[in-house]
Amino acid sequence: MLRMRIRTHITAAIAALLTLTSASIATAQDPIRIGEVNSYTGPLASFTVPYRNGWELAVEQINAKGGVLGRKLEVISRDDGAKPADAVKFAEELVRREKVDLIAGTFLSHIGLAVADFAARNKVLFVAAEPLSDAIVWAKGNDYTFRLRPSTYMQAAMLAEEAAKLPAKRWATVAPNYEYGQSAVKAFQDVLKGLRPDVEFVGQQWPALFKLDAGATVQALAQAKPDAIFNVTFSTDLAKLVREGQLRGLFKDRQVVSLLTGEPEYLDPLKGEAPEGWIVTGYPWQGIEDAAHKAFLDAYSKRFNDYPRAGSIVGYNTILTIAAMLEKAGSTDTGAMVAAMKNLELDTPFGPITYRALDHQSTMGAYVGRTAKVDGKGVMVDFRYANGADYLPDDATVRKLRPAK
Amino acid sequence: MSFIVVQAITGLASAASLFLIAVGLSIVFGVTRVVNFAHGSLYMLGAYLAFSFTAAFGDTFFGYLAAILLAAVVVGGLGAVMETSLLRRIYRAPELFQLLATFGVVLVVQDLTRMIWGADDLFAPRMPGLDGAINIFGHAVPEYDLFLIATAFVVLGGLWLLFRHTRFGVLVRAATEDREMVAALGIDQRWLFTGAFILGAALAGLGGALQIPRQAASLSMDLNIIVDAFVVVVVGGMGSIMGAFVAAVLISELLAFGVVIFPQITLVLIFAVMAVTLVLKPSGLFGRPEFTTQEDRRNPDPPLRAGDGLSRIFWWGLLVAGVAAPLVIGDFAIIVLTEIAILALFAASLHFLLWGGGLITFGHAAYFGLGAYGSGLAVFHLSLGMAPALLLAPLAGAAGALLFGWFCVRLSGIYMAMLTLAFAQIAWSAAFQWGGFTGGDNGILGVWPSDWASDPFVFYYLAFAVCAAVIWGLRHTVFSPFGYTLRATRDSALRSAAIGVDVTRHRWLAFTLAGAAAGVAGGFFAFAKGSVFPEVLFVSTSVDGLVMVLLGGVQSLAGPILGAIALTEIETELTRLTDLWQLCLGILIILLVVVLPHGLAGLSAFMRRRQP
Repeated sequence: MLRMRIRTHITAAIAALLTLTSASIATAQDPIRIGEVNSYTGPLASFTVPYRNGWELAVEQINAKGGVLGRKLEVISRDDGAKPADAVKFAEELVRREKVDLIAGTFLSHIGLAVADFAARNKVLFVAAEPLSDAIVWAKGNDYTFRLRPSTYMQAAMLAEEAAKLPAKRWATVAPNYEYGQSAVKAFQDVLKGLRPDVEFVGQQWPALFKLDAGATVQALAQAKPDAIFNVTFSTDLAKLVREGQLRGLFKDRQVVSLLTGEPEYLDPLKGEAPEGWIVTGYPWQGIEDAAHKAFLDAYSKRFNDYPRAGSIVGYNTILTIAAMLEKAGSTDTGAMVAAMKNLELDTPFGPITYRALDHQSTMGAYVGRTAKVDGKGVMVDFRYANGADYLPDDATVRKLRPAK
Repeated sequence: MSFIVVQAITGLASAASLFLIAVGLSIVFGVTRVVNFAHGSLYMLGAYLAFSFTAAFGDTFFGYLAAILLAAVVVGGLGAVMETSLLRRIYRAPELFQLLATFGVVLVVQDLTRMIWGADDLFAPRMPGLDGAINIFGHAVPEYDLFLIATAFVVLGGLWLLFRHTRFGVLVRAATEDREMVAALGIDQRWLFTGAFILGAALAGLGGALQIPRQAASLSMDLNIIVDAFVVVVVGGMGSIMGAFVAAVLISELLAFGVVIFPQITLVLIFAVMAVTLVLKPSGLFGRPEFTTQEDRRNPDPPLRAGDGLSRIFWWGLLVAGVAAPLVIGDFAIIVLTEIAILALFAASLHFLLWGGGLITFGHAAYFGLGAYGSGLAVFHLSLGMAPALLLAPLAGAAGALLFGWFCVRLSGIYMAMLTLAFAQIAWSAAFQWGGFTGGDNGILGVWPSDWASDPFVFYYLAFAVCAAVIWGLRHTVFSPFGYTLRATRDSALRSAAIGVDVTRHRWLAFTLAGAAAGVAGGFFAFAKGSVFPEVLFVSTSVDGLVMVLLGGVQSLAGPILGAIALTEIETELTRLTDLWQLCLGILIILLVVVLPHGLAGLSAFMRRRQP
């Protein structure tokens, strides 16, 4: 206790000194500080850099219009190198040293969960931008965490709805062997079985993440003789699966339903070998006609001389969310901000979204369509926007999934 | 039946890729005794270069082939640069130092590749002429797979000719057998080492280049392949070409059929093979028993003195600084300091094994991670409070070390290092894939300190007190009769055994002790972060520990602590400043190894020697 007091005195003295030199008390002119953590280096950089562009664009646009509550937005960003322990360390740093008003970001599910737990512990608002895990808002949901992107469950449910319309009865699944893959397969199976009790799942492959042994896995899938395949692999695993599967005729006369594959992040690297006719969730940026999206697309292309990826829109919407929330809350007090997040409604390039008070999940949706090749490149065609609100379980189920604390 | 044949062919194609990368690693190790962590980076560069070359002139079969071969040649040239500019300077440094330097290269190459080619995965076109599949027993088998298998046999045959029928090959084999003798016969070693390294690098480049028709070139290729390549080399026997081939086939076929029979546990399978091999035949399938690098070291370290004036000032200074610092620094700095205290203990426990016992471990993360999981699971499953959960941490670490150690201490040198790695990776796979018990990759959340210790200030003093006490205990052990005996077994196992010391038992005890200490650190780490994830068990945690020990200096008890301080501060500040922090850290590590081969602590010895 004595040490505490000594420390308090010294800290106070230093603080006083600082105050004399540079007024550090928040004034109307000081920016609102948003702490941001994501995995900007390492193998995930190709997904997080478009995301960073997205939020940078939103910050610039909002500040050009004078900011929020008469104050500019300032994002202080940190790279966690895809390590959860470092993500927590930088969350600590942002909150304690940088004195940010709230935190946002994260891509990998487990890092999102670690930061969400940190936020609850330290009573800081956390806007989880990209992590997909259902646990963030359900099993491990907490009062201070809100999630933007449509979850694993929502996207799997969108695809299961389409899958139910197919004649296929025998299904095989291939998914990376970690939580994301497991919960995607489970959600898909549950929803599809609910819609079509006659389907059966005849084969499952669980390659280790980014270590897919493509030839062997494709052979094993073919061996199960399914009518259709549900795929959850992505990135380098997806590329291997597609090439090997096409060579070995796995996809011939079989329907494939594939999670996230329509996102440019995953579809574009496949170039001329992009699969055709797969039913996917994704982001067909070339084809969305809405005025709001057109404006975003133009601004983004002009600013970065590049087209947006799914991550870009998530980054952009994250900042829009924060700005709308601040307008509604009227202050940067955490209690007011958390209250404002509940039932927050805002317009995004994907149309209006709402943050549900029930489970803190936004109703941002995704596009569902089929892949096709146009000019030697993979694109999504025949797509429609699936509103996230329509693909969540009913309220009673959600209450059961999200234990009240 | 037809399925089995086709699956076997598929396995053989994977084996071909694995063989090409592993055989280069094996040759380099055989001649230079350097465990080249950057071998995976050379493989990755081969893939990226081949991608660019095929884009330029890969439209025809021969153009594509030329692109692949050119990539291999360029990577061989890069290998020459790496050998002459870096490795040549550190052949005399301790083995682990060389490992650290090559790890620095990994970081540098990773960032440079990202700067040159960007972060997106790059998918090359298929090989013209081999872009279809042929029908074997009603199954489509890619033509390229057959080409790959043929290539592997061509390389195997080529190497056989090279090693049997050329002077260079004979010298390489001689050097693998006994390099002092080769030197004594008047062979220019520098030329031989450079040649072997170029060959190994070119094979890695070839392996990478040959992958591009099968998979996209990506930034995760380097670390993804290197651990598998280590496994193949170790299972086959270090330095053995045939061994690398047989092991690659064995492992790939196991995986090919493994995905059919147990699709969920493929991660564990490969390490289980390595562990079983090393337990049954410690030098690998085709390897010879360990050469004499560890036994009877010719220049044992000077006897340790129980602390002269300067070192006493250092230790007291450190203690005072540790106690006083939180009074003047900010909240976040306290959190960083807590992490430093915890990692210092982790590094000190590793150092105790490395230096005190001469036991080289690549898998120390296992015991750190078991400590963290011990605490985390106690909170999660048993709802224990912080204090009892922390008490479980050393028990978990010790239990793991007791079990794994029993196997590991029977080996020595690089084989021991690899077996410890295998066990750590098995522990990691189990934590990762056994979701029901460990929470899988989503980890265990909510492992926060009890209310009385929730203030970072209080938690720091708790962690500092315990970690300092355990470090003091380890230091005390080094000067106890047990510690002296242990160092005797390090300097000469043979002579120690001759005077009646039970070498294995002493090593086993030391292993367990270090495991318990690492477990303590792991337990505190869990509570400092509020969560436990499989990452704590991963090879990168072991590497972090090694970097700390080697950065600080192996030959001093202060080394691990200085290393923990330096690495944590560098990482925390660098990542704030720049996206290129891996590049900066890599260059820093390489410079340190070249300029300061005795680490930061060596700096003081260096200065002391200069004093009149």
